[in-house]
Amino acid sequence: MSNRVSSLSSQDAANARRQMRRRRTQAFLFVVPLLVFILFAFVAPITTMLFRSVYNPTVAELVPETLAMLEDWEGEDLPDEATITQFAIDMKRMANDRTSGRFADEINRALPGMSSVVKSTARGLRRADDDELAANGAEMLLEKNDRWSNPATWRAIRSAGQVYTSSYYLTAVDMEYDSEGDIVQRDTQIYKQLYTKTLKMALIITGLTMLLGYPLAFYMSQASPATANFLMVFVLLPFWTSLLVRTTAWIALLQAGGVVNSSLLWAGLINEPIELLYNEFSTILAMTHILLPFMVLPLYAVMRGIDASFMRAAISMGSNPIGAWYKIYLPMSLPGLSAGALLVFIISVGYYITPALVGGTDGQMISNIIAFHMQVSNNWELAAALGSLLLILILVLYWLFDRFVGTDNLKLG
Amino acid sequence: MSPLPDYYTIWHKAGHYGLRIMAALVLIFLMLPILVIMPLSFNAEPFFTFTQGMLSLDPDAYSTRWYQEIVDDQKWRIAIRNSFLVGIAAASIATVLGTLAAVGLASPWMPFKRVITALLLSPMIVPLIIIAAGMFFFYTQFNLVGTFTGLIIAHAALGVPFVIITVTATLSGFDRSLFVAGLSLGASPIKVFWDVVIPLIRPGVISGGLFAFVTSFDEVVLVLFLAGPEQRTIPRQMFSGLREQINPTILAVATLLVVLSATMLFVLEALRRRSARLRGQE
Repeated sequence: MSNRVSSLSSQDAANARRQMRRRRTQAFLFVVPLLVFILFAFVAPITTMLFRSVYNPTVAELVPETLAMLEDWEGEDLPDEATITQFAIDMKRMANDRTSGRFADEINRALPGMSSVVKSTARGLRRADDDELAANGAEMLLEKNDRWSNPATWRAIRSAGQVYTSSYYLTAVDMEYDSEGDIVQRDTQIYKQLYTKTLKMALIITGLTMLLGYPLAFYMSQASPATANFLMVFVLLPFWTSLLVRTTAWIALLQAGGVVNSSLLWAGLINEPIELLYNEFSTILAMTHILLPFMVLPLYAVMRGIDASFMRAAISMGSNPIGAWYKIYLPMSLPGLSAGALLVFIISVGYYITPALVGGTDGQMISNIIAFHMQVSNNWELAAALGSLLLILILVLYWLFDRFVGTDNLKLG
Repeated sequence: MSPLPDYYTIWHKAGHYGLRIMAALVLIFLMLPILVIMPLSFNAEPFFTFTQGMLSLDPDAYSTRWYQEIVDDQKWRIAIRNSFLVGIAAASIATVLGTLAAVGLASPWMPFKRVITALLLSPMIVPLIIIAAGMFFFYTQFNLVGTFTGLIIAHAALGVPFVIITVTATLSGFDRSLFVAGLSLGASPIKVFWDVVIPLIRPGVISGGLFAFVTSFDEVVLVLFLAGPEQRTIPRQMFSGLREQINPTILAVATLLVVLSATMLFVLEALRRRSARLRGQE
């Protein structure tokens, strides 16, 4: 009897399990196409970038034989003659297949000033006779430039030849390896300053959007639904307008012959146009304008849910408005305020377009330097390292956002 | 606003009106830059400021020459075509894949829900410059850089989070027993999806698609890194215009874009109301 019951229920359990599995599979199948798409279109590119920041095969691919021979070299004196000869042969080959320029850039990053040395030596060896080069290539190379006789040059080639390297991350935090292989501060501090400046600007922008957004959201939450909906249009229209349009508008307003300068001139407040554009000021102003809706929308959503009678009760019992606001309203509106602040801060830390267009030289943020290394200096590995650090910063902020605010509350418009 | 309570002191009243003025000033700050470019785009002179003639409302000081220039300039015509082409293609991909995924994610039996949702929403969080650099490295290996296919794939990935968010919001009021009822009556999951789920979540799907379209239409960083000269879009054309030679043609384009976003805003608002009504929340 008991046997039959248990066999029946285990059958039931198996059925239930099967049905459960089928439902799970069904739900998952709906997600699969998008998951595959995002893995290819988005996750793989980001992974490639992270990988790129520690992986640079350029030099290793250009002079593999020389690097293999340099492995046995102890690094104190000059490498042996055979190694230098091999390098001279490699130089001639690179000069002829036009890769010496890339090699020069790579070596120059490891040891500044080497670019012109490599290029002129490559030019000098391009037409060298092969047999002569094999016989006394070392001598031919050393007489082209004094720096080939310096062991530091060879150490630079060896370190640039490493396929996996942490040196781009060191550069990204203004450090480097010295000749002994120890990690030291670089003479010029660029990137740490830039990160600090980016964070400072993002903080100022977040503060300004709070200062401007809070009263507006508060007013809208107190107004009648019809008024609030009407005012909402004035928040949503800028929100929906292309950010290039809004940046264009600020350029039109602030430039030397623009609306603000001509009005000030006409009013006699200034005698000649003042520099309003292409600096930190214009970047912060335009970004505050562009990001303000991101502060107002979550603030308004939270404030609308706060019962106004709490404040009235406090004031009617003799509290002054500031005290009532500080003790009662502020804590209740804090979720909206922190959501807006984190959102604005996250977006502004990684902003590119507006600083690029109105930032001039002193309004540049970290994104602009990443773009510079991608497009102008072609130092893609450094761009990847700087980008990876920025990504880590954003993910930490996002994690905070998710923990304290929750992505479930994300609403659009 | 209701009349002020009797117990308000002079300070309360000052605060009350101060708040009103402050809110008005912030709204002016939000709207003014956008409103100023509209009349400026009709400037007869190639200046970015109001001329004497414009201020005295002299009809000769206004002209539509910058709009004529958009029509005449082949670069702008190609850019407009490209923007719509890329935007519509990217939004279609994002909407179809995103809607399917949102339905799966709304299921109570969905495995690894948190991780997958976070992954699918991540294109919204990662800064564009990082996405652009990564895509440049990765897409080069497949010869996708400098092609329409590459740009459309990239923009579709950016639009996905918006579709997921809007469709999930519509699904949150969706009665799952309708789905189960359809299945129990013998329909296949695909048929139930098509005949029962889609009609109910349509407003969310359309607004998600619009969001995805606008995201692509307004995007310039990925275009800067991934597009060749053939794939120049409107924002790309504006970007180089602002960097190289600024002339009021850009203001004319900007004005047209503001009109377009205003239209989009009203369509979305109508959709939102319709969706709320369908779910019986109004």
